[in-house]
Amino acid sequence: MSSIVSPTVLGAPSGRRERRVPGGHELANASRTAQRRQRTDRLATLLIWSGAALALLPLALIIGLLLVRGSAALSVAFFTELPDLSLPSGGGIANAIAGSALLVGIASLMGLPIGIAAGLHLATHPHTRLSRISRYLSDVLNGVPSIVIGVFAWEVFVRPVGHFSAWAGGLALAVLLVPLVARTTETVVSLVPVELTEAALALGFPRWRTSLQVVLRTALPGIVTGALVAVARIAGETAPLLFTAFGNAFWSMSPDEPIAALPLTIYAYAGSPYEGWQTLAWGGALVLLLLVAGLSVVARLATRRQLSRVGAGR
Amino acid sequence: MTSARIGASDRLFLIGTAAAVSVVPLLIVVITVIVVIAAWPAVQTHGLTLLTGVEWDVPRQQFGALPAIVGTLTSSAMALALAAPVGVCVAVFVNELAPRTIGTAVGALVDLLAAIPSVVYGLWGIFVLLPWLRETVMPLLRDTLGLGRFALFSGPAYGPSLLASGLVLAIMILPYIAAVAREVLAAVPRAQREAALALGATRWEMVRDAVLPTARAGLIGGVMLGLGRALGETMAVTMVIGNRNALPDSLFAPAYSMAALLANEFNEATGDAHVSALMAVAGVLLFVALLVNALARVLVGSVRTRHARVPG
Repeated sequence: MSSIVSPTVLGAPSGRRERRVPGGHELANASRTAQRRQRTDRLATLLIWSGAALALLPLALIIGLLLVRGSAALSVAFFTELPDLSLPSGGGIANAIAGSALLVGIASLMGLPIGIAAGLHLATHPHTRLSRISRYLSDVLNGVPSIVIGVFAWEVFVRPVGHFSAWAGGLALAVLLVPLVARTTETVVSLVPVELTEAALALGFPRWRTSLQVVLRTALPGIVTGALVAVARIAGETAPLLFTAFGNAFWSMSPDEPIAALPLTIYAYAGSPYEGWQTLAWGGALVLLLLVAGLSVVARLATRRQLSRVGAGR
Repeated sequence: MTSARIGASDRLFLIGTAAAVSVVPLLIVVITVIVVIAAWPAVQTHGLTLLTGVEWDVPRQQFGALPAIVGTLTSSAMALALAAPVGVCVAVFVNELAPRTIGTAVGALVDLLAAIPSVVYGLWGIFVLLPWLRETVMPLLRDTLGLGRFALFSGPAYGPSLLASGLVLAIMILPYIAAVAREVLAAVPRAQREAALALGATRWEMVRDAVLPTARAGLIGGVMLGLGRALGETMAVTMVIGNRNALPDSLFAPAYSMAALLANEFNEATGDAHVSALMAVAGVLLFVALLVNALARVLVGSVRTRHARVPG
């Protein structure tokens, strides 16, 4: 590039020098500058490449080790039995998998309808004061530490009741879910072509039926995948469950009692001195990662396809 | 259906979705109010000692959270110092340098870091990072490189330490910084790059002089979002920081963070005074997180809107 264009243009060429006819040593100077700039360019490029490579290193290390140590833990018993210290394998984590499913189910029942309705409103009334404030604050709420949400859920749902419960855990997760789902729903719904809405209204549809049967239905695949990503994120959360769901070493499916969860089990067994339980922690981590990362990768690919399809319709 | 009834059901629907939208601001208000009310007794009893006291001694009813606050701030600062340059590198690489397919792949892989649950980072930290720090990195820094003369790198190498938590946090916030940085760089008008190239800039000069300065506010916003994540991150930090409630005198020393303090003590809190003091810690954490995130969003938003209407 700069071998064609005069290399002294960028940088700080003084006007005085440009008006003079360049002498021999000035040309040499100029080509030295050009060389220096090329070297800087190559060095910077190299640094940026290594920075990007450095970013991928921990990912490879973590996932690699999880695959190795986690897959060693997986067996049929791992998915069907309870933790059992008397066995060298440590038993299984069936209670934690079921407990996580129940917690995520409760959170989804509470959080998804609110989040999706909120997202629909944000997209269909984008410029009202309520929408502008809520859009901003849902990004802020997204950044509130999840442990604080756990403390909050404890104060409103565990302290008055007097005991830990799956309800409280589900509530804490639902608080995390609402802003996530609201924003992904808004993104997808705002891509629905406005002509569709206009056509429905022109045909005499009331607004609420237009919203539900035309707008929401067109955006539904994107909304579902967005919701999946959000649910996958909260399924991996531990901190909000510490003082709400609490964990349970036994089988429980009652929403009114303390309940086990996959992330809680990993946390409890990671610090255990028993090899069997450490193995359970690694196996649990692999299962959790496959659930969370797998779900969000699949959902993101699907969303991208959906976005490009809806976008093309404009 | 008469038009009046259509109007009524439309209004009902509008009220319903508007109520759903109001849940978000409402939640922020309710969470803040509940935490502040619960923390109030401790604030009245201990006042500023909650923030400035160095003694956290539950049996003697001493609740000074300064060690935890310092631990949170230093480990987050370390994480930022490590993750911010790498995150911006990733964004520049993906948006400006790499061939499209490689760029997309690298972007997606770095995004994947955000999908790994915190507790999994903690597990990896306990079994891989801590032994590595204890046996290789800490002796290397302290003895081989001779940095042990400085207080920052002195002391016994246990493994669990500020250094460990800073490293784990850096990995965890990297995807957030990279994602915002990519978004912000993408918002820089194409014409700006072409102008720089047309003036004879090399590719690096284009990035340095035409792209990064334009995106600066947004980049700072992205780094602040990462800071918000780091401040409130709980599980991974609790698992590697060492949970020692004293002011750390070295990066190698076990330390504490506000979030870890909550995670460890809340369930075993003895008596209302202890709970209230922990609520005050949660309140400090909430306040700092709200502040950092609110600022970050404004900065990121400013870049996005400023360049949205510029023809690219």
